[in-house]
This record gives sequence, structure tokens and C-alpha cells, in this order.
Amino acid sequence: MHFVVCAKQIPDPETPPSAFRIDESTNSVVPAPGIAPVLSQFDAIAAEAALRIKEAAEEVKITVVSMGQESAQAAIKQVLAMGADEGLLLDDAAFLGGDSYTTARVLSTAVEKLGDVAAVFCGRPAGVWDMGRVGLGIAALLGWPAAIIAKDVQVTDGRLSATRVMADGFETVEMSLPAVVTVSNELGDPRYPKLQQIMRAARKTVTSWGAADLDLDPATVGESGSRLKLERLFIPEAGGEVELIDGESAQEQAAGLVAKLREAKIL
Amino acid sequence: MARNVLVVGELEGAEINSTTAELLGAASRLADGGAVSVTLLGSGAAEAAAGGFRAGAGRAFVSADGAYDEFRADQWTAAVRAAVEQASADVVLMAQSSVGRDLGPRLAFGLDTAVGMDCIAVEDDGGTLKVTRPCYGGNANATYSFATSPAIATVRAKSQDPLPPQEGASGETVELPGSAGSRTEITGREMAVAEGLQLQDASIVVSGGRGLGGPEGFGVVEELAATIGVSRAAVGASRAACDLGWYPVSQQVGLTGKVVTPDLYIAIAISGASQHMAGCSGSKTIVAVNRDPEANIFKASRWGIVGDYKDVVPALIEALKE
Ligand SMILES: Cc1cc2nc3c(=O)[nH]c(=O)nc-3n(C[C@H](O)[C@H](O)[C@H](O)COP(=O)(O)OP(=O)(O)OC[C@H]3O[C@@H](n4cnc5c(N)ncnc54)[C@H](O)[C@@H]3O)c2cc1C
Ligand SMILES: Nc1ncnc2c1ncn2[C@@H]1O[C@H](COP(=O)(O)O)[C@@H](O)[C@H]1O
Repeated sequence: MHFVVCAKQIPDPETPPSAFRIDESTNSVVPAPGIAPVLSQFDAIAAEAALRIKEAAEEVKITVVSMGQESAQAAIKQVLAMGADEGLLLDDAAFLGGDSYTTARVLSTAVEKLGDVAAVFCGRPAGVWDMGRVGLGIAALLGWPAAIIAKDVQVTDGRLSATRVMADGFETVEMSLPAVVTVSNELGDPRYPKLQQIMRAARKTVTSWGAADLDLDPATVGESGSRLKLERLFIPEAGGEVELIDGESAQEQAAGLVAKLREAKIL
Repeated sequence: MARNVLVVGELEGAEINSTTAELLGAASRLADGGAVSVTLLGSGAAEAAAGGFRAGAGRAFVSADGAYDEFRADQWTAAVRAAVEQASADVVLMAQSSVGRDLGPRLAFGLDTAVGMDCIAVEDDGGTLKVTRPCYGGNANATYSFATSPAIATVRAKSQDPLPPQEGASGETVELPGSAGSRTEITGREMAVAEGLQLQDASIVVSGGRGLGGPEGFGVVEELAATIGVSRAAVGASRAACDLGWYPVSQQVGLTGKVVTPDLYIAIAISGASQHMAGCSGSKTIVAVNRDPEANIFKASRWGIVGDYKDVVPALIEALKE
């Protein structure tokens, strides 16, 4: 069985808000100095889900696929170090500036070209655009069934079963392969690669495909293929000033706060 | 510019839920002379249509097929797609709920168009539809327009105002076909909700974070909520606290948890990371207790107490009892 794990490299979401800057003239985020981009945490968890199945079943091959620039090699290597078998980078100037539609188009075309893929594992919204559309997009473009926000994934007898995190509990759904699943943090922590695995992954060659390899018309991907047009990116204004309640003791502070809340008729 | 706007309704028994009414309010403002319609799927759909008309819809696309009672993505997508076509919708609005999260992208890809997820504003800007949504973990907002039609948006609860109820309003009911097949089968369901008042329904939410130091800390937070009143206050938690197993995941507030918009949000020993704020920044008033005066949470707060929660929270409980 052949699984694909989608891995996206993103600006470190733990970047403190004070170091977060936007260039409004280009509608883009200014990389915070000294803070390297990282693999989206949820993609590491998606890889963990695939690896757990690989451990339980025989003969699972995992290919980690990232659409990105040369730097995204680091994200691919990280999943290789966790235990994935092959790496694939989808890198082309034509892919830049796209939206979830064009991303899903490039990724689904790569999955088709790989040929024998039984399941695609994606993360939840990746911490950049926080959309969570790419996984469902890949499924729609390939015509495969999909389950989103899974905390447990099983693959047996040609079927995929996913336990999904819902607002009021959990729901288990089953579907036949091939299928797409997006994985959530409730699955548990991703494994930490050993030094030896990191070194082995570092030596591994990552295949690189561009638009031509995928037979994709450059006009249908990247910025020119996008359906959602980014008009403006900005930092929302913070609320008003905070009033810190003084006092000689916690009792005084607490009484002061309760008085304020009662005065404002909030309590 | 006149637009036909279709709202994907969600039901609570035989009534539309409050978010559906909010979306119909937004739809009425955007329609600008175009038609406003609503889809209602599930056993209570026919009865709920009257509520849809009172909330601003002129037409209701309904199917009372009980197979729609549970959200199955393939079936709902097919039904809503049929309504989009019959309504000649230019804009489709749905909630950023378990339904919208799943349905929005499927519908968009199926209709070869785009969806903006988790929008907090849906506006007409000189004839162009624009949506604004938080991104980069809540650090930034992005405004988009659409290159394709229909424009689809999933919209955050409580971000839109409903219309005042239009008593006596009526409209046209159109039957949608019963449910089609589904490629996925629901094989299990487990409820995991806190008893009593639900987080999203509470007018006051008291949340605890990693600074509580352990699950015992939540005991004090729960006591504070109970002192305010079990019918008004619910307890939430940061992801750090949930990941550590100190509090149930069902109570997590934030980007990957629940979005709450209470009148009062009390954050105790929570640093105020943007991903946490994504779940509570719509609260009317935020109050924070944190021992670090530089904590980000104070930037979003109206009032704050700098101090150790172990001293401050019991004192708050005492002060409230007076
Ligand atoms: C993609 C992504 C999604 C995320 N989604 C969410 C989400 O949905 N919800 C969420 O909450 N987080 C989310 N996070 C995590 C988020 O970035 C933060 O790590 C998390 O919110 C921190 O939780 P915290 O404030 O409880 O802990 P910390 O950041 O560790 O803060 C603890 C605070 O407690 C204070 N403190 C310590 N001791 C005391 C004391 N005795 N008395 C008073 N104050 C004290 C400290 O000063 C500090 O400010 C997400 C992160 C990512 C990357
Ligand atoms: N450029 C990309 N390369 C590989 N996978 C991606 C890319 N963009 C999105 N994905 C996958 O889709 C998930 C959701 O991303 P998004 O829809 O952008 O929030 C990510 O966690 C990845 O698994």
C-alpha cells in the first residue's frame, strides 16, 4: 500500500506577536529575523498517523510530498526522519502565489502521477491561511471520499476508518480506499526522530517535479489560477487600554475588580 | 448590485438555529434586491421554514428526509448543490460549524469555485463581495474577493446580526430531493460534552491555562464559575492545559478548539497566544489574571489583575460572595 503525507512548510506559529510584521504594500508577511520556518505541526501528526499504520501492517510505503520552494526540503527531511520512505518536492515558479485551489490541483496531480496511492494524509488548517481546504480539495479533484479532523485512523481490508473530532464528541466514519484524511492534534504527539534517522534522511535524495513534469498549464496554477484574490493583509487593531487593578493585597485587587464588573453591570 | 444569496441553514429540532438567523441577516444586507433563500435539511425542515421566513428568507429549499438529520458530507453537498442551482445563487453563506467546515470546501470544489473559511466580515465593497478572515493563527486578517461564482463563505457564529423577526412573514417552499447515496458510512458516535451549560451558550466563560500548574488548579477555576452561577458561567481551557490532560479537549478555546463570544471572558493563567485569542477575541469584555504584567493577554483585556492565581482567584470568590 502506498500512502502520501502532505507536508507544508510555514512561518513558525510560535513567533511572538511582537515579532510578527506585515508588508502591506505586498500583502505578505515579513519573515521574522532569526526564526526559521517549520513543518506545520499538524502535518507531523498526519505523518504519525500514517506511520502507526505502517508499523501495524506490512508493506506500506510512505511518500512525503510538499509543494514549496527549495527550503521546503527541510520539512520533507523531517518527515523522512520520522520514518517516511520517499520525498517529493513540487517546486516551480509557476506555483507561487496560489490559493488552496491551485495547491490542491498541484498536489492531486502529483498523487495521480504517483499512480498507486491508496490514501492521502493531510493536516488540519496549517497555521498560515488557516483554511483547511487543501485536503478536501485533493479529494474532490481526485473524486475520492474524505474525512476531516481525525484523531484516529485505521486502514484494513481496503477500507479507511477515521474517528473525527466533532463539536459535541467523536464520530467514526468508514469509506473505501483510495481516500483522503485530515488529521488533528488529538491523535497524539508525533514521534521524535533519533539522530541516526535524521542523518539517514539527510542523505536521502528528494525527487523534484515542476509544472512540466505534472503536465500542468502554468496559467491554471499559482497566482494566475487562483480563485480567491487576496486584496489586503493587515494586523487587526488591538482593543482599548487595559486597566490593571491595584491593591495592597489580592483581596483588595479582587474586590476592586468585582466592583468594576458590577458597576459596568457585567456581573 | 443585486445578488441571489443562499444560506445553508442548520436546525435545532424543528427550528432554525441562532447562527442561521444571523446568516439570513447578513444575506438580506448583501442581497441588495436579489433573492434570499435558505436550505433546511432534516426531519424538522418543513416546520422550520416559517422561522426561516421570519428571519429574512423569501424561499426555503427543504427536505424533511430523516437521513439528513446527521450531517453526511456527500448527501448534504448534493442537496445544497441542487439548491444553489435552483436559486441561481451568486453567494452561498454557511456557518463555520462542523457542517460548514466540511461542506464549504466540498461544495466549492464541486462547483469549480472558491470558499473563504471562518469569515468574520462579509461585505459589499462598491459592488464587489469581500470577505475578511483571521489568518496566521490570529495574528493577521486577510480580505479577499472572488474570481469565480458563486462566492462561498463559511461565517463565524455571532459575527453577523440577525434581522429583527419579521412577524407574519411568509415565503415559498421548494422541495429538494431526498438524500442520495454516501461514500462514507457512520459506524460510531460518542458524545463527549461537559454536563450542564455548554461553553458556546454561556454568557460568562472562565478559562484556565498552563499557569494553573496542574489539574488541581482547575478546581479553583470551577469554583469561581460556580460562584458566578452554574446557569451563567462555563469553564474553558487553553490548548496547553488540554494537551497536558488537565482538562477535557471538549472545553478547549481557540483556533483548534471552540470559538466563544460571551459577555465576559475571564482568562486565568493564560498567556494570550494568538491561537488562543482566535477563540475568545469576540467576547464583549475580557478580564485576565496573570502573574506576568507583560503577558499578551493583558493587551486584549479591559481589566486585569497582576498576581498569583492561587491568591487572586480565592479572593475573587470571596469578593463575589459579598
Ligand atoms: C496551529 C496551532 C493551533 C493552536 N490552537 C490553539 C487553541 O485552539 N487554543 C489554545 O489555547 N492554544 C492553541 N495553540 C497553542 C498556543 O500557541 C499556546 O501555546 C497556548 O495557548 C498556550 O497556553 P497557555 O496560555 O495556557 O500557556 P502558557 O503560554 O505557558 O502561559 C501560561 C501563563 O500563565 C502565567 N502564570 C504562570 N503561573 C501563574 C500563576 N501562578 N498565577 C498566574 N499566572 C500564572 C504565565 O505568566 C503565562 O502567561 C495553538 C498553536 C498552534 C501552533
Ligand atoms: N504547499 C503544500 N504542500 C504540501 N501540503 C500542503 C500544502 N498546502 C497545504 N497542504 C496540506 O493541506 C493541509 C491544510 O492546509 P491549508 O488548507 O492550507 O490550511 C496542510 O496541513 C497540508 O497537509
